[in-house]
Amino acid sequence: MSPADTNAADTNAADTNAADTNRADTNAADMKAASMRTVMAVPSVVRGRAGRLLVPLAVVVVLAALPLVLGAYPITLASRVLAFALLVVSVDILTGVTGLPTLGQVAYFGAGAYTAALVGIHWTSNAAVQLLAGVLVATALALATGAIVVRTKGIVFLMVTLAVGELTHQVAASWTAVGGTNGLAGIPPISVLPGGPALTLSGFVYWWVLAVFVVVFLLVARAMRAPFGRTLRGIRDNEPRLRALGQRTYSAKLAAYGLAGAVAGAAGTLWTAQARFVSPTDLGFDVAAFALLSVVIGGAGSLWGPCLGAALVILVRDEVSDYVDGRGPLLLGIVFVAGVYLLPRVRAVLGRLRAREKGFP
Amino acid sequence: MQYAVTVLNGLALGAILFLIAVGLSLVFGIMDVLNLAHGAVYLVGAYVAVALIEGHASVAGFVAAVLVAALVGGLAGAALAGMSIPVRGHLDQALLTLGTALIITELISEFFGNEVRSVAPPPGLDASVGLFGQAYPAYRLALVVVGVVVAVGLHLLLERTRIGATLRATVADRQMVEAMGIRTRRLVISVFAAGAALAAVGGVLAGPVLGAQPGLDDTVLLLALVVVVIGGLGSVRGALLGAVLVGQVQALGVALLPDQASFLLFAAMAAVLLLRPAGLLPARGPAHA
Repeated sequence: MSPADTNAADTNAADTNAADTNRADTNAADMKAASMRTVMAVPSVVRGRAGRLLVPLAVVVVLAALPLVLGAYPITLASRVLAFALLVVSVDILTGVTGLPTLGQVAYFGAGAYTAALVGIHWTSNAAVQLLAGVLVATALALATGAIVVRTKGIVFLMVTLAVGELTHQVAASWTAVGGTNGLAGIPPISVLPGGPALTLSGFVYWWVLAVFVVVFLLVARAMRAPFGRTLRGIRDNEPRLRALGQRTYSAKLAAYGLAGAVAGAAGTLWTAQARFVSPTDLGFDVAAFALLSVVIGGAGSLWGPCLGAALVILVRDEVSDYVDGRGPLLLGIVFVAGVYLLPRVRAVLGRLRAREKGFP
Repeated sequence: MQYAVTVLNGLALGAILFLIAVGLSLVFGIMDVLNLAHGAVYLVGAYVAVALIEGHASVAGFVAAVLVAALVGGLAGAALAGMSIPVRGHLDQALLTLGTALIITELISEFFGNEVRSVAPPPGLDASVGLFGQAYPAYRLALVVVGVVVAVGLHLLLERTRIGATLRATVADRQMVEAMGIRTRRLVISVFAAGAALAAVGGVLAGPVLGAQPGLDDTVLLLALVVVVIGGLGSVRGALLGAVLVGQVQALGVALLPDQASFLLFAAMAAVLLLRPAGLLPARGPAHA
């Protein structure tokens, strides 16, 4: 069988059981088990597909309705959570799906945020233009740095990306044209329609952030289900084998790095849109660490799990913090440590429940 | 001779960095754990110094601070080792050690506040000595001496003793050492404890130069990571070379381009990693070949 045949067969298998499994992460062994289940329990395919559409739809409807019931402060917080969650998705593309642990996505997040801020101050308040400019700059930066970075892997990849993140942080902090350590303030509120009114109400800004989040999330989810995403998972599980099958793993990794950079750039423009202020702190080491930890705690490889992790991290750090006398980081530390010991058990229980539901003890 | 002073500053910083980085490097080599709580352990040492000798400098007090820091650091390291042993996978270990670091640093800032604290060098070393026609702080020269003593001591321990041989063998091939009937668990815990004790002592010794404040743990952790990555994870010689290089780059950078000092540092690290991904002097053995 030629490599191309193998790939095509793989893709068919993915289509067959895509309806059955609503997790974005599935390694080769899972795939095999899932396709067996599909064959043996036909009715569950129908139920599975309905559930697969219903749950995300319900989540989006609830998220979209939030400004109708919540005040200005919680809505700003929700915008912040969504922007950070998109950064976490970009980390997950590399760390969870491709198996390259990264601390460098803050660089592209920062590129997007600063670009949006500069466009907003000097050119136009149109959010779509800011988004496009931010994504372009972040992608270009990601491809330029990624060409070198993706030659490494494992701990070395982690350290090189840390260097990329810290270097960008240094540039932002020392370059006076972007405000140095003071950052950029006085960014005008965004507008969505060309020549339309400025969105000063946090609810409208939130809807823009939510819309971009949903669109980008769906695009990423689609890409991760496509053969491209399967190649990335193959790199994570066994890169030499993939190379032996004739896949160009370098270009796949570079493409993943570029995609992750674009997503992080989009997240950066959303961050600027809701905060209307950027500073080097927004791309510091702790943001990078929190983004990576959100992926780990939410379940590396799945796309929605890390988003929940991101929400947990931001809520504990920024919101619960006020109730425990500003000791949010302490609580977050406890959550992380507890997570290390509890999560494997939770995953085991969930796995057993899922197996029982499918009729496999 | 402005340049000679810069070189000396770099050596003093390098000595401190070596104390901190060597534990990080050995722990990674021996149990494959990247201990991201290492900076927090350093900060514990720095605050031990603040608690014991801030405001009343005496030689006895300084020695007591070093001993207490070594004890507290060692206990913290042993506890961290016990916590990390059952955790598999680099990502879960990162979650565990960064979480622990957050807890430790938050507790420290709860007890000591967020101001910058400083400790004075012990009497006798607080003066300046004439060097190249300039006054140079004697304490920094003492730091260089301490660094050399620790490096030589560690070298002898690793190359000339039975414990050292076992440790080197464990870094190279842990399963094989276990198959020969040596209990590596105890060794692993003591290396973790010793590395943490050195980091905490580093916190005390660096007190008169770097002071103590929240956030210093991140700075020190990043510098130590750069040191071990440049030098090669798991290797003592690598940590020494990395510490000297990073000390020089940092001191030169601060002297010549104050704004771009850490830019220079991370650029140097990126360059080393791209040319030699395993570091300049990687640990010997099949696991790291």
